[in-house]
Amino acid sequence: MSPLLSQVAVLAGRSVVRTFRQPANVVFAFFFPLVLLAVNVGGLDAAVRIPGFPSDSFLDFALAFTFMQGALFATTNAGTDLARDIQTGFLNRLALTPLRGSALLVGQLAGIVVLGLAQSLLYLTVGLAAGARVEAGPVGVLVLLLLAVLTVIGFGAIGAFLALRTGSGEAVQGLFPLLFVLLFLSSMNLPRNLIEIDWFRTVATINPVSYLIEGLRSLIVTGWDGQALALAFGIGAALAAAALTAASLALKGRLART
Amino acid sequence: MRDAHGIEADGLVREFKKGPRAVDGIDLRVAPGEIYGFLGPNGAGKSTTVHMLTTLLPPTAGRARVAGHDVVTEGPSVRAAIGAALQEAALDPLLTAREHLRLQTAMHGISGEERARRTRALLERVGLADAADRKVGGYSGGMKRRLDLALALVHRPRILFLDEPTTGLDPQSRSALWGEVGRLAQEEGVTVFLTTQYLEEADVLADRVGIIDHGRIVAEGSPAALKAEIGRPSVEAVPADPADRDAIARTLARFGEPEAGSPKGVAVRLRAGAGSLAEIVRALDAANLRVEHLQLHAPSLDDVFLAKTGRSLEGAGENADVRATLEPATA
Repeated sequence: MSPLLSQVAVLAGRSVVRTFRQPANVVFAFFFPLVLLAVNVGGLDAAVRIPGFPSDSFLDFALAFTFMQGALFATTNAGTDLARDIQTGFLNRLALTPLRGSALLVGQLAGIVVLGLAQSLLYLTVGLAAGARVEAGPVGVLVLLLLAVLTVIGFGAIGAFLALRTGSGEAVQGLFPLLFVLLFLSSMNLPRNLIEIDWFRTVATINPVSYLIEGLRSLIVTGWDGQALALAFGIGAALAAAALTAASLALKGRLART
Repeated sequence: MRDAHGIEADGLVREFKKGPRAVDGIDLRVAPGEIYGFLGPNGAGKSTTVHMLTTLLPPTAGRARVAGHDVVTEGPSVRAAIGAALQEAALDPLLTAREHLRLQTAMHGISGEERARRTRALLERVGLADAADRKVGGYSGGMKRRLDLALALVHRPRILFLDEPTTGLDPQSRSALWGEVGRLAQEEGVTVFLTTQYLEEADVLADRVGIIDHGRIVAEGSPAALKAEIGRPSVEAVPADPADRDAIARTLARFGEPEAGSPKGVAVRLRAGAGSLAEIVRALDAANLRVEHLQLHAPSLDDVFLAKTGRSLEGAGENADVRATLEPATA
């Protein structure tokens, strides 16, 4: 294994291990989205009777949201862990080794990709067991997981950027409510064309999270919707690229070794 | 393992935004295999110097070479030659000691079998073999410091930087760490640059000591030479009967010049050094003068610090600027 890959593997392994050794993080990241899914499905099931609602099962419609929420939790945990490394001086310890900056970022993100994938598989398994169907079939499941991973990378890089820029776990934690609001101001609970309040529909339309959710949802509810998937992958990739660039620059500043 | 170069610094400066110079023109020569104690109060510039010498912080001015490599232009070569245990025992409380060592060896590119061998050897060496698979969060301060040291030794560095390695440790843990550092220098020829605010630590461990205050080295030399610079030892006697005070003062005056002592005592600075203590005891006995307390006071590094800075090292850092957290001016 090349030195870079070896460093990435070890750092990714550490990221996964430390997450699983913080039970509170695991419980929230893995189970809170499922609890919220159960609450939404129980309370908003009547929405399927609205004319023009795209599914006759609110579970199918709402399942996509769990992936987004899971990505959000994985992101915040990873960002907080990185900030803690800065605060405790652990990053300085790593900086004194032949660590490559890219290995740190990729390793950290690889760790949250593993976690995000594990979360996604759990949500999918629970959803399918509860009666949900993925209209796009088995290949659609793979695409859905791929999109979920892309979302995790984008959000994870935002968390890493904030951690590296501020060195503060509190700042990263402060991101969580902001992103959570973005989730709620999206098309998570209703298709955009059925949102009657104008400002809400406008915000949901300019909110990139809507398109990520709609891409995931299309695979479950519609089948293969090229436009929804193109928008979701395009926005996901752009978000990931922008956040990774910002995080790389922040890392350069943070690892100010000569 | 002995390095041919050691550490050299000329006019090393580090300036921080909104604050005075944390390091204000330091010149240093640390010989290969030497233990160099960098002694000073909190905020004196010790950690900033270590950060510059370990390539974690670029100097504002001046130059330094560590293991023969320039700290600014040859950072990777410097890092390959050094090990460092910085002020914070930077450990992940969720990982075990074995996992820390696995991570550190992997970062240094040590391959599989050698990695396991090195991990076992270092765990044994620092006495953590039995606790190797326990999470570090449950370790005592001494165990954390020992693990910190083991991590710094993973790649067999020729030069070791220890930034206040025993701060907060109990005397037993401190003594164990001193033993290990001494062995590294004596048996393996590792050059050790050790910062400390403990006089005893510098005195016991260091071949040479540099005393730093307000970013400048105010004195440098072996502990013995520095103390000798300050002057001869003094002796103080507290009479058992206050009426004997004058008689005791006359007896002691035969051995040195009077100097200020405690309110009840009589003190003289000894002309012939500490060797005259036995004669003093005999003289007091011959004159039938009983003393409640007799104390030889040899100059300490604190006296050296006092002489050079006008302050005692104990508590000297209380009013020091906390500069390490300030943002770099040149960044």
